[in-house]
Amino acid sequence: MKRVPLAIIGAGPAGMAAAATATRKGLEVVIFDEQPAPGGQIYRALESTPLRDPVLLGSDYWHGSELIDALRRESIDYRPGHMVWQLTREGEIGVIADDIAEVVVAERVILATGAQERPFPIAGWTLPGVMGAGAAQVLLKTSGVAAQAPVVLAGSGPLLYLVAAQYLRAGSPIEAILETTPRGNYRRAMTYVGGAARGWRYLQKGLSLLRELKRAGVRHVRDVTALRAVGEGRLAGVEWQTGAKPGIWQACEATTLLLHHGVIPNIQMTRALSGEHDWSDQQLCWIPRRDSDGRSDIDGFYVAGDSGGVGGARVAETQGSLAALAALASLDHIDTPTFEREAQPLRRALASESAIRPFLDTLYRPADTWRHPSDDVVVCRCEEVTAGEIRRVAKLGCSGPNQMKSFTRCGMGPCQGRMCGVTVSELLARESGQSVEATGYYRLRPPFKPITLGQLASAAEPAEKAHRSETEVS
Amino acid sequence: MFAYLKQPDDRTENVIIDYEGKALSARAGDTVAAALLASGVDVFRTTPVSQSPRAPWCMMGACFDCLLEIDGVPNRQGCQVVVAQGMKVAHQKGARRIDS
Repeated sequence: MKRVPLAIIGAGPAGMAAAATATRKGLEVVIFDEQPAPGGQIYRALESTPLRDPVLLGSDYWHGSELIDALRRESIDYRPGHMVWQLTREGEIGVIADDIAEVVVAERVILATGAQERPFPIAGWTLPGVMGAGAAQVLLKTSGVAAQAPVVLAGSGPLLYLVAAQYLRAGSPIEAILETTPRGNYRRAMTYVGGAARGWRYLQKGLSLLRELKRAGVRHVRDVTALRAVGEGRLAGVEWQTGAKPGIWQACEATTLLLHHGVIPNIQMTRALSGEHDWSDQQLCWIPRRDSDGRSDIDGFYVAGDSGGVGGARVAETQGSLAALAALASLDHIDTPTFEREAQPLRRALASESAIRPFLDTLYRPADTWRHPSDDVVVCRCEEVTAGEIRRVAKLGCSGPNQMKSFTRCGMGPCQGRMCGVTVSELLARESGQSVEATGYYRLRPPFKPITLGQLASAAEPAEKAHRSETEVS
Repeated sequence: MFAYLKQPDDRTENVIIDYEGKALSARAGDTVAAALLASGVDVFRTTPVSQSPRAPWCMMGACFDCLLEIDGVPNRQGCQVVVAQGMKVAHQKGARRIDS
């Protein structure tokens, strides 16, 4: 069994920065990543994207090249295509690559598993042709693949504008943007305008994207209050209502509908390790407990980047470096004065980079109506369980997500609750009159993704394998 | 419907994969899901529960809606597997079979 002082899971901005920081201090590091190339989702396919025109994907994307260059240059044991399927509090990490499973033991582990798009349950969201705006961006970055007209974007948040702008720059038309940002959010967000002023660069970028879309003449419908995807077997159109015309469905044809309501942390691993998680009412998601340097409440484990609360790529990068320093200090690889000296500027940078967050979280907070879909809407895509079914079992006295799972199979499909978990927590909380915190979340266990028995068997030591085949024969 | 954008200076090689007996051309390095979408395949599988049609939702390994049968192995995430010359890909109908 391979033993390492430090293992990092995820090669996005947080993981790459952590690996570079630890390696520069002379520590042996292994970094596992499921994707075939470094960058995470934000800098995905940066080395190989066919879209080489720097204007098209924008300077924020190309910023990732520094981190990727460092990952390639330094003597880092970088393992792409490695899916972590198991993790224990003792630091045992089960990985699978090319059908071969292996266990590595690490003294310290930095979890940098990033975020996923928030589920956006509306009628028809399971139809082929409806996908996340982030998914469309992945297709654009990795393969130069774009949806053909008519394309509609719906939802709220900076990524929605960014994807629309990138499509236009690539010469792919956008039929309409249906913006779900509630009217009242603009006023509420003004409370945090001080932080926004400190993060003026983010504001400026957002405004310039909006101007770009306006100049291109994209139809931008605001204050959308209801939305549904329609079609038989595949998407044919989108229907919506606005605050100005309540009760009146408006419609347009669409073969692709891209939905987006921001991103939420990927908590599969911290949950499976039974770390504490708090419900963030500001970000409307579960957040694993960690201190400001990234130390989690699980001994020897650190959480860096969006998997510990959404802060964006720059924040993730700084958190990655900071968590690596904290791990180095706890391994006595650097002394306390060195740690404090190097951590201070990173903590200051974090404070300034995160200043915009309360403003963004408030402005782009999805309204209740999107998080509490009507009874007919599918919440669990895998097992096809509707919001109505979840409410029904809640009324029968079902106390939480785990009991509800046994009643309905909701959350028991291959995605292991990734696509329904937050919705279920909020729906059950409302029905039972409890807080989301008290309602809780699914109990998650490895394997984090389905694996085959053959893959599992390959993790056994060769000696054990020989022994087993003998017993099988006899 | 998706398609490759025209990139005159993209010198990446193409590989040919087999989808349901049809030869599809994909950009080397593409995931199977990207290659299928770019070739106009808009339904990847039908669900085990209601046999309703599905296609990729997240393209980052979270949603499991891009499940396909790849080189005879069912339940593979199309968005996580990179295309290879001669790869055989099939639509996944309902639950995977246990017959081999």
